[in-house]
Amino acid sequence: MSPEHDQHPLFLPLVFVGGLLFGFGLGFSHMAQPEVVLSFLQFTDFGLLFVMFGAAIVTGITFFGVKQFRSRAPLTGAVYERRLKSLDKNVVIGGGIFGIGWGLSGICPGAAYASLGIGNVPILYGIAGMFVGAYIQGFWRSARTERNTPATTAD
Amino acid sequence: MTATLSLFVALFAELFPNGISHYAIGGLFVGLGVAVIYLGTGTAAGASTFLESTLSYGSSLSRFQQYRPSRDWRIVFTVGIVIGAAIYAVTVSPQDGLWTTDVQWWRLFVGGVLIGIGTRVGKGCTSGHGVCGVGSVSSASFVGVATFLFIAIGTAQLIQAVGVSP
Repeated sequence: MSPEHDQHPLFLPLVFVGGLLFGFGLGFSHMAQPEVVLSFLQFTDFGLLFVMFGAAIVTGITFFGVKQFRSRAPLTGAVYERRLKSLDKNVVIGGGIFGIGWGLSGICPGAAYASLGIGNVPILYGIAGMFVGAYIQGFWRSARTERNTPATTAD
Repeated sequence: MTATLSLFVALFAELFPNGISHYAIGGLFVGLGVAVIYLGTGTAAGASTFLESTLSYGSSLSRFQQYRPSRDWRIVFTVGIVIGAAIYAVTVSPQDGLWTTDVQWWRLFVGGVLIGIGTRVGKGCTSGHGVCGVGSVSSASFVGVATFLFIAIGTAQLIQAVGVSP
């Protein structure tokens, strides 16, 4: 998406409304509470499955259904495409590292932002950690890309 | 018949001690948030790219520069998430709405670092892969979700087994 698309007057308001619904849902589902996520991972409450798959069903119906009516999004002109990433070993390696972090802390990015909105100040340790982690991988991958030209454009 | 039904009810109460309605309703709102943005913009928004795109403001590393075009709206999306959760806290459950976590700070921080690395190397998080990717019937996302669910369950069980609590 190029920056000029941001100039549609409704682009940022719509993204904001989407964020509001997303954050409201994370609060409502209690996913913003690390203890609830940990209770799922420790098999004492399987409710998280309803959150993830409930949300995925809504997005799935939207992603596949909208193509019956339109081919391009009104605010950007972007073609409606599904979210498809290439499957390679990074998906498994990164998923494994993410899983250790998720199992250790009970937080994930979206739920952590939502948790802050609920007034959970200690979650800032987790959010700070996420930025440190994202920077570490960016530093490492930028250095590796500069060594191995031509640069790969994966993900 | 009655015995089967009561067994089912007992099993259900065992698996979902807090019921399922707030989980399912919350999940529908999460999906609705993604759907609204997708319908308007054609973008399947995940929550974790915000980390890298925001780092592009302060870092010139090549890895982060690819997110410059989307970094402004990703901040708006994230601010929306924070405020949306705040609206939940003050409207739906003002009595138990404001809470903090008892999970120890080092678990949050170290977990956060691993999440920051893993979600970016692995191309998505619980919303990117788990909601948008699964909704897209993407094989990479199914593999990503299966991997992080399996590893997270093992990690959480191990943490519990060695007696780290909360």
